[in-house]
Amino acid sequence: MKVLVGVKRVVDYAVKVRVQNKSVDLNNVKMSLNPFCEIAVEEAVRLKEGKHADEVVAMSIGPKQCTETLRTALAMGCDRAIHVTTDLRTDYMDLQPYAIAKIFEKVAEQEGTDLVLLGKQGIDSDCGQTGPMLAGFLGWPQVTFAANLEAKDGGIQVERETDAGTETINIPSLPAVVTCDLRLNEPRYATLPNIMKAKKKKVDTIAADSFGIDLEAHNEVLEVFEPPQRQEGIMVDDIDQLVDKLKNEAGVLA
Amino acid sequence: MFSRLSTNLTRRVALTARYGCRSITTHSQLPEEHKMIYDMCRKFADEELAPNAGEWDKKHEFPTDAIAQLAELGLMGINVPESMGGVGLDALSYAIVMEEISRGCASTGVICSAHNSLYLYPVVEFGTPEQHEKWVTPFAGGSESLQIGCFGLSEPGNGSDAGAATTTATRDGDDWIINGTKAWITNAYEASAAVVFATTDKSLKHKGISAFIVPNDAEGFSLGAKEDKLGIRASSTANLIMENVRISGDNLLGEEGQGFKIAMQTLDGGRIGVAGQGLGIASAAIDCAVNYALERTAFGKPIANFQMIQHKISEMVLARDSARLLTWRAAQMKDAGENYTREAAMAKLAASEAATMCAHQSIQILGGMGYVTEMPAERHYRDARITEIYEGTSEVQHLVISNDVLKEYKSSY
Repeated sequence: MKVLVGVKRVVDYAVKVRVQNKSVDLNNVKMSLNPFCEIAVEEAVRLKEGKHADEVVAMSIGPKQCTETLRTALAMGCDRAIHVTTDLRTDYMDLQPYAIAKIFEKVAEQEGTDLVLLGKQGIDSDCGQTGPMLAGFLGWPQVTFAANLEAKDGGIQVERETDAGTETINIPSLPAVVTCDLRLNEPRYATLPNIMKAKKKKVDTIAADSFGIDLEAHNEVLEVFEPPQRQEGIMVDDIDQLVDKLKNEAGVLA
Repeated sequence: MFSRLSTNLTRRVALTARYGCRSITTHSQLPEEHKMIYDMCRKFADEELAPNAGEWDKKHEFPTDAIAQLAELGLMGINVPESMGGVGLDALSYAIVMEEISRGCASTGVICSAHNSLYLYPVVEFGTPEQHEKWVTPFAGGSESLQIGCFGLSEPGNGSDAGAATTTATRDGDDWIINGTKAWITNAYEASAAVVFATTDKSLKHKGISAFIVPNDAEGFSLGAKEDKLGIRASSTANLIMENVRISGDNLLGEEGQGFKIAMQTLDGGRIGVAGQGLGIASAAIDCAVNYALERTAFGKPIANFQMIQHKISEMVLARDSARLLTWRAAQMKDAGENYTREAAMAKLAASEAATMCAHQSIQILGGMGYVTEMPAERHYRDARITEIYEGTSEVQHLVISNDVLKEYKSSY
């Protein structure tokens, strides 16, 4: 089984983002591997350790700093990496899930991939569209929001998160696309020896515009704004005042 | 004067060759590998160490699981060559690791530091291939169960005055018989071996000191009571008591009479470790203070808006960052194979003073909340204090630095 894992470089989860010129300001902001992609990497590496996968290839789309993100994936145990270079922003501002899924489609075909593992969404734009679109373009079966994954007789059995609990889906034969949710696994820390090894692993670079794909954004972002600041609470004198405020100010009581 | 200039030039060229830039001033300028090590250790410290450090401190509990995890990650054999089961990383990596680990838990920092730079370093550097196999590989974290090491130099009656050692080693056939007590030994309770310094001929003073590898289960070897310490309470500190401990001639480390040199060289590297620890404690204190200052309000605004608090924050960060540059310089010089005694002492002195200052000011910024165990500021304050004491007090560092400066001036004409 050949596994292709998507790793997205996003604003670090601990960063309080600021909005400037109708988008999130990315200047001097700490970027890191999207946490859901990290879970996808961990799952791919486990498939390899369990002798189900022969090769795990990490792939990232973005500026040159994406090599750092790819090195993290390589240090966790991926075999090699593909960096699709572009200076377009990947947080929905320029390059959008449609184009990203198209690029993944091309690479998955070129690579002879059996299983594409992706995070369920990027924590920057939170679209969650790349996985399903990719499965659609490829015409492959898909499971989103994976909470458990087992390789089984040439196929996979995946438990997926739903609002009502989990459901188990069996894909008897590959290829397939799976997007990974939070409970799937706990990603490992890269060990020092593996960090050293990662430096020697191969990273191929392909320009995004060399695929002959339309990279244009088809949706326009009209506005990006910060959530309103939470107002300080107030003390009410009695129940009547409370009911009055709930009715007339908060509008939660009729 | 001219000779000094040319040495500086050689140094700079050596560093430039190694890192491709003249100096490294921020984490973002670190080589990629070092940045990854930094990120990994930072994450590990935030997720696994910091949330537990308070509890370990309170219970005087050795962080057994965390140390096992550190070993898995390769952090218990950082500078040990790969051929001996370690990771074979440089001193700069070690400094970075020590800072991040200690930021999460200063006790874990000292356990890691004593093991890596005080036990493993001299055995790797001065040991024979047979000694490496027996006394390094099982200690470097590559094997199933990690063995921990400790370092016995100080005695109840002498510390940095290593030449005054009263612990004796007497030849008996091919064996050595060791007698004496070593004091303030970090990792004493968890270690399975110690590097012990003893005199084979008191009349030779420091030239009569030799280093030995002593297994902690040897007959006649016992431990004193655990010291009840102000800080770094999750690590054990105790006396090593040796009464007619017989060890094989194969356990002599280096040559007879080479002990003093081994000790001094080991301490140089150890000071980079303690400097890293100081930086980590300073950083933890800064994190705690700045976050608090942004939240806490007085007279209707966050206290971070007051210039007096801003001044404290600026002083803390200035001290920490200056000390970090000194620490990285010492590490880079060590990696370039240069003499770095003075630079290591300066790094250790600056970083440990930064740690105590930052921890002190952190409590000041937190006010009452800094004085209670609900917040970690008081632990940083207690942990910081030792960094100005062990591996040479601040006074000893001043001595080392000034002696080196005087030597340089005396020899330049």
